[in-house]
Amino acid sequence: MNNDVQEPDDLGNGNARSPITEADLHGYVDGQLAPARIASVEHFLATHPEERARVLEWEEQNKTLRRLLSPVLSEPVPLGLPLKASAVAWPLRSLAAGVLIAVVSGGSAWMLRGALDADAARRAFASPASVNDSTLTGFAQRAAIAHVVYSPDVRRPVEVGADQEQALVTWLTKRMGSAVRAPSLGSLGYQLMGGRLLPGEKGPVAQFMYAAPGGQRLTLYVTREVSGQDTSFKFGKDGAVNVFYWVEDHFGYAIAAGADREALMKVSQEVYRQLKGG
Amino acid sequence: MRAEDEAAIVACIPSLRRYARGLLADRDRADDLVQDTLERAWSRFSMWRRRGDVRAWMFGIMHNHFVDRLRAQHSRPEVSAGDDLPELPQRPLQTDALELRDLERLLQRLAPEQREVLLLVGVEELGYQEVAQILGVPIGTVMSRLSRARARLRVEMTGGQGTGNEVPGQEAPGLAGRMQRVK
Repeated sequence: MNNDVQEPDDLGNGNARSPITEADLHGYVDGQLAPARIASVEHFLATHPEERARVLEWEEQNKTLRRLLSPVLSEPVPLGLPLKASAVAWPLRSLAAGVLIAVVSGGSAWMLRGALDADAARRAFASPASVNDSTLTGFAQRAAIAHVVYSPDVRRPVEVGADQEQALVTWLTKRMGSAVRAPSLGSLGYQLMGGRLLPGEKGPVAQFMYAAPGGQRLTLYVTREVSGQDTSFKFGKDGAVNVFYWVEDHFGYAIAAGADREALMKVSQEVYRQLKGG
Repeated sequence: MRAEDEAAIVACIPSLRRYARGLLADRDRADDLVQDTLERAWSRFSMWRRRGDVRAWMFGIMHNHFVDRLRAQHSRPEVSAGDDLPELPQRPLQTDALELRDLERLLQRLAPEQREVLLLVGVEELGYQEVAQILGVPIGTVMSRLSRARARLRVEMTGGQGTGNEVPGQEAPGLAGRMQRVK
């Protein structure tokens, strides 16, 4: 049985005329063949219905396995998992989002799209240097990181979609231990996409995600891990991510986006108005 | 440790959890495996440095922990993982829920070394060469495990045309010979 399968030493490099092996068929299913070889395999499959049926079933196996397991990707990461090397507080001190972005987008799972397009980045960097790059601390910085990690996620940016808004709000409220709701930002051009629960410093925090028609994403981060008095609006940035944040009634709110400061200010005022009014 | 390295490790967590869930089905046991893997990664991080892709490195660590668990399990009798129905991630109850549940059960009945290859290739979409490095076996072994896993699933899912005699998932008792920790 071992001999059924040839060593795919030249997988993908096979001469167009060399015989098709089972390894080629696997490589075809798994997208690991060179383009020239793909054509040969397709030609072979066209004339070998049994092999074709086998290949189709393998493709189906891959798809079904992904359907079975991929929901795990959008589950909240359990609180018990170590997110750092030692006793260093998460998130990382003095983390520059620009660096994080470079690494994250270089990785396989997290592709950077939309929210941080070149234009937004240029605007953000071009804005007056009234604030340092490292002004963010505490929950505002965690919000910036959560924005960078989740907003580029193309397939599952949110855990629960806006089509189940009521369920989302009920669930987040239950998990957060106090009433949480998603402000409506349609008047400013942002539609609710949904939300997710994330590990904060000690307990859960909520993240709502909104999308503008241009694909830009904006996140609202809500946490109870704040101490002290209410604060006024504060502005900070972490690389290309701009953040407005404030503390109100024992809740910390942070709005993060690649959008410019003025646009973000408007959103913040609207969120503040709605939450206050509620 | 630099912040961006930490971020790279953290960014691997969702796919590590997905892979572990495929290996072990049970949510808590799978997350235990992820936890062991992460702790190891944090403590051994300095060893990674020059070895390229951090995700492959972490899958390799998980492989070693998985092998350790199988060995430990082997030495004392335990209910096979495929027998108790696993807790599944949240998803809508549709007609395909049953199909998925069946698949999960079949997956757990595959020999562990075949399950690893099938998941790394079919779900994590890693290259054959990368999988060979992660598991510390020649690429030909990766291909034959993949071939057997797919044949076995095909037979079981379609009630298909297998010979019925060979049960490729259950051959050769010696786990030690088939699965090795990777140094």
